[in-house]
Amino acid sequence: MKIREIVEKIDGKLITGEEKLDEDVARGFAADLLSDVLALTEESTCLITGITGPQAVRVAEVLNIPLIIIARGKQPSKALVEAAKVASIPVILTDKTVFETCGILYSNGMKPCKIKIFQSVSDESDSFKD
Amino acid sequence: MDEQKLRLVYRVKPMDLASAGSVSSQIKVELQRSGIEDDVVRRVGIICFEAEMNMILYSVGGKLKVEVNSDKVEIFAEDEGPGIEDLNAAMEPGFSTAPPWAQDYGFGAGMGFPNMKLNSDVLEVDSKPGTGTKIRSVVYRRNTDETC
Repeated sequence: MKIREIVEKIDGKLITGEEKLDEDVARGFAADLLSDVLALTEESTCLITGITGPQAVRVAEVLNIPLIIIARGKQPSKALVEAAKVASIPVILTDKTVFETCGILYSNGMKPCKIKIFQSVSDESDSFKD
Repeated sequence: MDEQKLRLVYRVKPMDLASAGSVSSQIKVELQRSGIEDDVVRRVGIICFEAEMNMILYSVGGKLKVEVNSDKVEIFAEDEGPGIEDLNAAMEPGFSTAPPWAQDYGFGAGMGFPNMKLNSDVLEVDSKPGTGTKIRSVVYRRNTDETC
């Protein structure tokens, strides 16, 4: 889905990254804890979250996350907005819940991303789940 | 491959939540600039991010060092205390001693060490209460495409 289309479908407001409105985002992942975000494994996966601090942008930079969607009407911190501008990462705000945002995007063709599954401490394998 | 060794050292300050992750994203940029493989950059980025967050949230401060060789990238995270009380528990996915307020900032998933372990080829953690924590992580540079 193009970012332009995502904004429209979730009644969102794009606050940074206008220059990337026509970029495609294939997958989505939702989490409110940074370490859970770090488990996502695929490029071109957008982050749907309630995190409003600049750490969300730092994680996005490390993982090449192309888009951050902040749900539940939460307002991002100034530091997040500034960091997103510098990193040129689009940020969309929506009043919808994470659940509804995910539902709308999924039903419009956005795919989940693969994640790493943690079995136990002794498990050495890098297991993947579709 | 005969290339110059790259060495990066950053100071991580305790409780500096606002800049959490900034050291790791700088490391990522430096590694990319040096032409390190994308998969390796990503794994090193995740390991550094977790180590950096742990140091900010739990330690009195420390250093994050990254050394790049032709065959591997080594990450050294060394803090000055207070050390981890139960290291086995800390390695368990989901175990966290983060205070509730920290979760509002996205910390405390209890996935720090599990994420480091999953992305490292070698992970050594040395910690005792009263002393600091020393982490050494190695990510081998392979030519195969194992993008995760």
